[in-house]
Amino acid sequence: MSQSDTLTAQAKPETVSLTGAEIVVRALKDQGVTHIFGYPGGAVLPIYDALFADNGITHVLVRHEQGATHAAEGYARSTGKPGVVLVTSGPGATNAVTGMTDALMDSIPLVVLTGQVATHLIGTDAFQEADTVGITRACTKHNWLVRDANDLSRTLHEAFQIATTGRPGPVVIDIPKDVQFKTGEYLTPEQVRHRTFRPKTEPEAASILRAVEMMAAAKRPIFYTGGGLINSGPQASAALRELAALTGFPVTSTLMGLGAFPASSPQWLGMLGMHGTYEANHAMHDCDLMICLGARFDDRVTGRIDKFSPGSKKIHLDIDASQINKVVRVDLGIVADAGKAIAEMVKLWKAKDKKADAAALKDWWAQIDRWRARRSLAYEASDALIKPQYAIDRLYALTRGRDVYITTEVGQHQMWAAQRFKFEEPNRWMTSGGLGTMGYGLPAAVGVQMAHRDALVIDIAGEASVQMTMQEMSTAVQYNLPIKIFILNNEYMGMVRQWQQLLHGGRYSHSYSEALPDFVKMAEAFGCLGLRASKPSELDAKIQEMIDSPKAVLFDCRVDATENCYPMIPSGAAHNEMILSALSDASVSDEGKMLV
Amino acid sequence: MANERHTLTALVDNEAGVLARVVGLFSGRGYNIESLTVGEVDPAERTSRITVVTSGPPAVIEQIEAQLKRLVPVHAVTNWTFATDGVEREMALVKVAGSDRSAAKQMAAKLGARVLDDRGQATVFELTDAPANIGSFIEAMRPLGLCDVSRTGVAAISRDPG
Ligand SMILES: Cc1ncc(C[n+]2csc(CCOP(=O)(O)OP(=O)(O)O)c2C)c(N)n1
Ligand SMILES: [Mg+2]
Repeated sequence: MSQSDTLTAQAKPETVSLTGAEIVVRALKDQGVTHIFGYPGGAVLPIYDALFADNGITHVLVRHEQGATHAAEGYARSTGKPGVVLVTSGPGATNAVTGMTDALMDSIPLVVLTGQVATHLIGTDAFQEADTVGITRACTKHNWLVRDANDLSRTLHEAFQIATTGRPGPVVIDIPKDVQFKTGEYLTPEQVRHRTFRPKTEPEAASILRAVEMMAAAKRPIFYTGGGLINSGPQASAALRELAALTGFPVTSTLMGLGAFPASSPQWLGMLGMHGTYEANHAMHDCDLMICLGARFDDRVTGRIDKFSPGSKKIHLDIDASQINKVVRVDLGIVADAGKAIAEMVKLWKAKDKKADAAALKDWWAQIDRWRARRSLAYEASDALIKPQYAIDRLYALTRGRDVYITTEVGQHQMWAAQRFKFEEPNRWMTSGGLGTMGYGLPAAVGVQMAHRDALVIDIAGEASVQMTMQEMSTAVQYNLPIKIFILNNEYMGMVRQWQQLLHGGRYSHSYSEALPDFVKMAEAFGCLGLRASKPSELDAKIQEMIDSPKAVLFDCRVDATENCYPMIPSGAAHNEMILSALSDASVSDEGKMLV
Repeated sequence: MANERHTLTALVDNEAGVLARVVGLFSGRGYNIESLTVGEVDPAERTSRITVVTSGPPAVIEQIEAQLKRLVPVHAVTNWTFATDGVEREMALVKVAGSDRSAAKQMAAKLGARVLDDRGQATVFELTDAPANIGSFIEAMRPLGLCDVSRTGVAAISRDPG
């Protein structure tokens, strides 16, 4: 018992003996797991045997272990439940590393079970041996190698606790094959509690009081919200909406937080950051009080740090104490669960009958309206070519009123989707923010659709990204998942091309998507429906056909190849140095080019 | 901001990989390790104490402390440098060679080191002291025939009973 007190010190409760593999399946079921995403191999065969014998869990067979991790991420982010992955040792585990790192960066709860060679073979360079706990130490919240079947159930239950409480994240449990065969005692979740792991989730009353007082005194306030609100659960979004309604303050969000606040609200400024709106970034720069709720001052959000919102007082609410003062010094740090803390702010604001400074807010909103009037998301329309922005706008318009979930790949299409698709609710937007993993969106859509069978699940994709994990179309077909892969095909790694144009003198080094597959034929080869649109006039009908199809659809939307994604804060620039139209080489400093 | 030298101690679960987690945190995030010591403190509780001497600007030290606390097997982290209620010690073995080592022995006696071994062509001194004094002792031995040094790294503990 190296990790925890089993609550068995006095009275030894009833336990049952099971094989390690049976313990795994039993523990998953006791944790409420209904779906796992996996791929078999020698080192996990006993667990696959136990799954064969038990039909209580739906196993989704992916086509590559990276796909399993992203599918589990999509499942987790759209349901609020942990995503579970099962892969074999060696290459199975190493293929899953990208998804683990992605989940770590975006705080997604994943429980990843990896097979390992038998304990007596560990360290001998055995067939398909990899030092999985060594490799994954830096890309998990915690990991374990379980050497004794008697430790297995406790470790599994602790793993779920750690993955889902505090700041969520991925965990790995590496299980040698002999441990899967041996018998051990099974403990239920109720019998296990980690010895020391108790993340702080309750806010301190004094901090809440101070926050409310700072808010009541603010003249140019802004709520800067993030993915923490999604992770905290729907009650956090509900609390934010109430607090925004009470105060009348403007709200912006990071890429990860979209949906926590309704895009239809007049208080919504749109996303902030590198490709955020003019009004959101200027409001961040000029505010006198920044209330950061569940975001982490990522470099994509702050731009140049020494020019970041120079005149403001800052409140930072985060469940992870290490985020406070990590990048930006703040005046008030609150370590707590976002939902609980915001609900307390609402309560106190009402109880103390606080009022926002109405006169100051009126001036502030007038200023914000002047920024809005710049219409920073505007683009030049075309009759001849499908503009990518137009394609997103039409996709949004034609899917309104439906039960829609959006995933994305990484690149310009991702930013256009974030800027233009309007989310009204949390858990509807799945994207790779922190790691920026091309290939995330398609398998994530598989995971989302697995959890929401009747929903309309769309992966807004780029033609380059989608080729990284397109084999998961086969998974979608196998499980009758009617996901829609909507490719903004600009024949370029568009985001790379944009940077090369703006920062590298138009030298388009290896960013052209040459030798593209015929996506329509590819769709057909996989058993999906393939659609293509090349002219604006045919777009609506084709999108409608995609929506109406009961099948998985691959949509090759041929868009203007050289469109750039604006607005943009070039690396090394401040929030109030946004580029609204084409920029020249000279406007980015050498220092800025160094930054990614 | 100027660098400061801090001694951080972490009480950790004595489990496989815990040292790798702590060391990996420092290397992965680019923090300094000047000295590192690990030892079991309570076999029954299966806890160990890891003592790390590090240096960096105050904001970085604050991050290191916060990041350490985030590790699942870390129970508590203490930063002794500003606390007046902590004590720290290090032990060093210092070897001096040469035909006449009497000057070195005199200096060693003055600085509180003792002769641990004097049977061969060299003298080995032992000194347990604050890390800075160990440094001074080594510097004092340098012109007197210093040929090798082995330092344990710092052990630190609080003075209050809790
Ligand atoms: C796995 C991975 N490799 C490389 C990159 C760097 N990268 C960022 S965007 C991008 C281009 C994406 O092209 P595409 O999918 O066609 O999207 P577009 O920008 O054209 O919309 C690349 C290569 C990345 N984010 N992820
Ligand atoms: Mg592209």
